[in-house]
Amino acid sequence: MLRRHLAAAALAVLALAGFNRPAPAQPAPAAPPAAPVEIQFWHGLPQPLGGLLEKIVSDFNASQRQYRVVPSFRGSYPETMVGAVAAFRANAAPHIVQMYEVGTGTMLAAGRAIRPVHELLAATGVNIDFNDYLAPVRGYYQAADGRQMSMPFNSSTAIMFYNKDMFSRAGLDPNSPPKTWQEVEAAARKLKEAGISCPMTTSWPAWIQVEQVLAMHNQPLATQANGFRGMNAEMRLAGPLMVRHMQNLVEWQRQGLFRYGGRDAAADGLFPSGECAMAFASSGLRARVVREARFQWGAAMLPYYSDVQGAPRNSIIGGASFWAMNKGAAANATRTEAEWRGVAEFFRYIASPEVDAKWHQDTGYVPVRRASYELSRRQGYYTQNPGSDVAIEQLIRGGAATDNSRGIRLGGYVEIRTIIQEEMEKAFQAGQSAQQAMEAANTRANAVLRTFERQNSRPQ
Amino acid sequence: MDRKVYFKGRALPFLLLLPQLAVTAVFFLWPAAQAVWQSTLQQDAFGLSTSFVGLENFAEVVADPNWRGAAWNTAVFATSVAVLALGVALFLAVQADKAIRGQRFYRTMLIWPYAVAPAIAAVLWLFLFHPNIGLIGRALNAAGVMWNYQLNGNQAMLLVVIASAWKEVSYNFIFFLAGLQSIPKSVLEAAAIDGARPLRRFWTVVFPLLSPTSFFLLVVNLVYAFFDTFGVIHALTKGGPGKATETLIYKVYVDGVDNLNLGSSAAQSVILMLLVIILTVIQFRFVERQVHY
Repeated sequence: MLRRHLAAAALAVLALAGFNRPAPAQPAPAAPPAAPVEIQFWHGLPQPLGGLLEKIVSDFNASQRQYRVVPSFRGSYPETMVGAVAAFRANAAPHIVQMYEVGTGTMLAAGRAIRPVHELLAATGVNIDFNDYLAPVRGYYQAADGRQMSMPFNSSTAIMFYNKDMFSRAGLDPNSPPKTWQEVEAAARKLKEAGISCPMTTSWPAWIQVEQVLAMHNQPLATQANGFRGMNAEMRLAGPLMVRHMQNLVEWQRQGLFRYGGRDAAADGLFPSGECAMAFASSGLRARVVREARFQWGAAMLPYYSDVQGAPRNSIIGGASFWAMNKGAAANATRTEAEWRGVAEFFRYIASPEVDAKWHQDTGYVPVRRASYELSRRQGYYTQNPGSDVAIEQLIRGGAATDNSRGIRLGGYVEIRTIIQEEMEKAFQAGQSAQQAMEAANTRANAVLRTFERQNSRPQ
Repeated sequence: MDRKVYFKGRALPFLLLLPQLAVTAVFFLWPAAQAVWQSTLQQDAFGLSTSFVGLENFAEVVADPNWRGAAWNTAVFATSVAVLALGVALFLAVQADKAIRGQRFYRTMLIWPYAVAPAIAAVLWLFLFHPNIGLIGRALNAAGVMWNYQLNGNQAMLLVVIASAWKEVSYNFIFFLAGLQSIPKSVLEAAAIDGARPLRRFWTVVFPLLSPTSFFLLVVNLVYAFFDTFGVIHALTKGGPGKATETLIYKVYVDGVDNLNLGSSAAQSVILMLLVIILTVIQFRFVERQVHY
């Protein structure tokens, strides 16, 4: 009996103990001169993506003899993030960690925990031409003044998938997908009339129906250029466009035109299974659709409101980037010159257009460089796979990214996304109006920003 | 019953106790102490800037409407799980206590769910009740019931309660069965001779004699619902929709692991720790002392 209670008590505190648990010790640096320098690399990509990533790593290891990058799968993105944080606190952080885009604000505020990429490259003399990177990709991981803070890698954006068979059945032209939300609504009505129970759905409700909508209409998600200019940013979730869009979604849900399929990627399966006619999802869903869909389908850009001035602009990215990390805060937790060099060399390797283009074609992530986009085009990838360039075209649409479409740089943003999804769910349950939902989300998200600001602005 | 064994000297008993004490210290006391310490700090995720804030974290937690919501959810959840798990287990145990054919098989099958990991149990229920892919979920929707636990908070709560209770029924079943079998036959026979019908025999004889077991199980079930149901909730609803199924223990996880707000998460887990201590005290005072097995 007592043991049971102790176990329960332990459970209550274990969540915390986890943070202080020392990570497995790193291999001792005192290796014989001939042995390659080991670079620890933690990533958060499950199979099959993780395997493709590890293939890139082993190709890098085979391409030279000085460094050996040791990849290690650390669970989902949030788990990888927590793992890296805990490892840093235990002075055993990996050299490189893959961090999802919403963790960027947290990482940037981490100060001594990370080594900015621009600084790393300058110190090691490795040159990577970031000007060739797609603006929304590099911009997401840059400081406000344009210095590159982390290494862009797997990037996606959101697009629309639609079921051509269902379009034909509903008397819609399968080769001209709706471009605006007005057209989407009209198409959804026709689909419903044709007896299709789920005319449209969305994955990643916060990312696609809030962040992307605001960016593509050139409207702020938060002040201070979505947080790029400072931690004192305030949310702008309850603006007229956002409330209007949320009202539409709630109304469409009520009329059976839209189906809420759950948080994050939970709705991903609804499109390839043939359940929903239109799905807004990550461009990375493409691989699964190719594999599973038993019908004709097409890909198109995300819709926009044609009566909003300045729309449509580029969409923003999702995915992850690589961060170079310091080992820990302790005085003796340092890295050698050779280790940093190895990190920089690895970054140079993954930046090469050949590697990037192959990764893009294998996975459905977008190419992060123009050179890789061109290379894929020359290789005939887009003619063989029609629609696979929709995501890139949408990312580079409208010229240089604006303050509103560069990305999001808000601390604690993981939590804010959850808050947005929670309030949306309450609106879909008819527990509150769209206006109330967005205002509640705004208030709660601001509280998160203030907490984060307080935690990170004390004297270090 | 006073047959005690005495050790000569003190070294040996201490030595024998040492492994257990070491485990307790390393895995329970040390992390608990760290949690208490962390709960008084405001700290960024990487531990680079730290400041002592005293009880501020606790004040914030208690004032937070979301925490209160989670506390309410926990109360509803724990009560429902305990009542459901105890009720079903008692019914099954009474049935299993009768002389029936295939008794052993029946009992073994009932004990089985206890061996299923919470996450796996959750996935089993997900495959039954998912509105799009679940067997029962689809059937419900086809029958005109608007079943979608991803959007309906009450349905989500119902689902996590059922999934959690299902896992605990086995444990309760074993104890109830043992309790039933330890009731002297003569008492029941005497009641029967006095003319008490089966139902009356159950409520006036069996149930009171089972009360120590029931009370013990009630506390165990509450502790289970409070602390051991993280896996089920995480796999089924992630606390959603909205915050409809976010319990206190789940909120500790979300705030600590997802949101990296260590101070608040630590404060919450310290509050939970106090709760366990209170439950343990109740357990010792009322069960172990006053009731005779």
